[in-house]
Amino acid sequence: MSTDDLEADLTRNTENAPRELLTRSFFFLCAALSVVTTLSIVGLLITEASKFFSLTAPLMGVAGETANLVDFLTGTTWQIHSKEFGVMALISATLMVTFGSAIIALPLGVATAIYLSEYASPQARSLLKPALEILAGVPTVVYGFFALIYITPALRVVFPDIGTFNMLSASIVVGIMIIPMVASISEDAMSAVPDELRQAGYGMGATKFDVSTGIVVPAALSGIFSSFILALSRAIGETMAVTVAAGAQAKFLNPLNPASYLEGALPMTAAMVQLLTGDITGGGLAYRSLFAIGLVLFVITLIMNIISDFVARRYREVY
Amino acid sequence: MTGTNDPTNDEMLVETDVSDGLSAAESSVTDDADIVIESEDINVWYGDDHALTDISMEIPENSVTAMIGPSGCGKSTFLRCINRMNDLIDVARVEGNLTLRGKNVYDDDVDPVALRRRVGMVFQKPNPFPKSIYDNVVYGLKIQGIDGDYDQIVEESLKRAALWDEVKDRLHESGLDLSGGQQQRLCIARAIATDPEVLLMDEPASALDPVATSQIEDLVEELAEDYTVVIVTHNMQQAARISDKTAVFLTGGELVEFDDTQKIFENPESQRVEDYITGKFG
Repeated sequence: MSTDDLEADLTRNTENAPRELLTRSFFFLCAALSVVTTLSIVGLLITEASKFFSLTAPLMGVAGETANLVDFLTGTTWQIHSKEFGVMALISATLMVTFGSAIIALPLGVATAIYLSEYASPQARSLLKPALEILAGVPTVVYGFFALIYITPALRVVFPDIGTFNMLSASIVVGIMIIPMVASISEDAMSAVPDELRQAGYGMGATKFDVSTGIVVPAALSGIFSSFILALSRAIGETMAVTVAAGAQAKFLNPLNPASYLEGALPMTAAMVQLLTGDITGGGLAYRSLFAIGLVLFVITLIMNIISDFVARRYREVY
Repeated sequence: MTGTNDPTNDEMLVETDVSDGLSAAESSVTDDADIVIESEDINVWYGDDHALTDISMEIPENSVTAMIGPSGCGKSTFLRCINRMNDLIDVARVEGNLTLRGKNVYDDDVDPVALRRRVGMVFQKPNPFPKSIYDNVVYGLKIQGIDGDYDQIVEESLKRAALWDEVKDRLHESGLDLSGGQQQRLCIARAIATDPEVLLMDEPASALDPVATSQIEDLVEELAEDYTVVIVTHNMQQAARISDKTAVFLTGGELVEFDDTQKIFENPESQRVEDYITGKFG
C-alpha cells in the first residue's frame, strides 16, 4: 500500500458516512418519541389542571367557575353535583387499596421469591414461573369481576354486613394482581446474589433457612425494595379492578381503621373513569377536575419512582 | 455409602461426637500425631463423570496438609468431600468412607449442617457477607447459637487472622470495603471464630497479590498450631513452603502420592509426581 492510499484510508471518516448518519438519526428519533410523549402528557396535565384552580386559571385566560387549591387538597368531600372537590376523599380510598394490597402482596411476593430462588426444584420452578406470568397477564377488569362475584360473597360469610362494593375485596384482588411483580423482581434480585455468599454460609454450618433469610434476602434488599415500590405504584395506578370492585360512591375513610375496609369508596383512578364515562361536558369544572386528579396521581407515582431510585442506590451492594 | 442427605433435614441433626473419637492406637496409625480425617476409597461422580477414584489418605492433627495437582485433578472436589459441600451439587454422588475422628461423615445419621459447624472452610475467592466486619465474624456464632463475649471473640479471631490492627477502628464498616487480602483474612477470622476442628482452604491465596499471599501463607502456618489445616493449592512452591504433608492428585482424579512434604518434593516415589513437580507436565 502506498503512502497516498494509507492517508486516504485513515481519513475516511466512517462515522459521518450517510448510512451511519441515517441509522443514528432513526434510533435517536425512536428514543426521543418516548421523551416527547411523556413531556406532552405532563404538559397537558399541568395546563388543564391549572385551568381548574382559581389561583392559576386567570393566568391561563380562563373565566368562569374555578376551585380553590387548598379546598381541593384538604377537602374530604367529593361531590361533583354540589361542586365539592375534596380530593382527600379519593386519596384516602387509593391509600386504602395501596395499603391493603401491600399487606397481602409484599410478604407473599417475597416468600414466593425466596421459594423460587432458594428452595424450588427445577421442576417446581418450571411450573410456578409460568403460573405467575399468567397471573400477571390476566386483564385487570377480570380481576375486578373476580372480586365482585367471588371474593365479596366469600367475605360476606365472615363479615355479614360488608357492602357489595368494598375496599377489602378491592385490596385483596389488587394484592393478588401485584404478587407476580413483587415475586419476579425480588427473585431476580435474589438470583443475582453471588453463589459464593451462599457457599460461605453453608460452609459455616448454616441451614437453608439461615442462608435464605440471613444472607440472600439482606444482600438482595435493594432489589426487593424496588419491587415493593414498583408494585405499590402499580396498586396506586390500578384502575379497572378498583373501578369494578371498590364502588362508585366517594367517601372519606380512615385507611388505618380496619372497619373502613368493609365499606366502598372511590379511588382516584376510579373517579377519573367515572368522570370520563359520565355526562360531563368538555370545558366544564368537572371535566377539568379530571386533570387535577391526574396531576395528583402523577405526582404521587413520580415521588414513588424517586424513592425507588434512591433506595436502589442507597442499598445497592457491590459484590 | 452415598452422600445425598438433604442438608436441611434437621431431624438428622446428630452431632459428630468428636471427644469420643478413636484414639491413635485404635485407628492403626503409626505416626505420633493423631489422625483427624481418614478417607477410605472415596469416589466421586458428577453425573457420569468420575471425578475422584479410590482416594485413601490420613490427615494428621495440628498440621498443614496440602493438596496439589493440575486443574481438574479433583483436589478441590476431595476437599469438599470432607465437609460434604458436594451435597449441595445435585448431580454429585460420593461413595466410600470418610471419618472425622472416627465417625464416618457419610453415615446416614450425620447431618451435614452439624458437620460443617465442626469443619470450617475458606474459599478461593474472598466471600465476606455484605455485612459489617464485626457481623461477619460473629455470623457463625449467631447461627450456631453459641453464647459468649462476642466482642472478645471478634478481637481474638481477628488477631489470630492477623487483621485486628488494620480493622480495629472500623469494625462496623462493611467487610466489602476491605482489600482482597484483608477480605480473605476476614473470611479466615470468620471461619475460626466458631473454633472448628478442621480448617479447609480451597486455594485461599490464588486471587490475591504476592504480598497478601505471603501474609496468608504465614497465617496458615500459625493456624496449624491449633487447627488441622487442609489446603488446596495450585502453587507448588506454596505447598512446599507451608505444608507438613502433601498429597499429589493427577489428571483423572487419582491420588498418586501422599507423603511428608519434604519427601514429595525431594524424592518422590512416583515418576509422574516427579515429572509434575519438576514442571515436565501439568
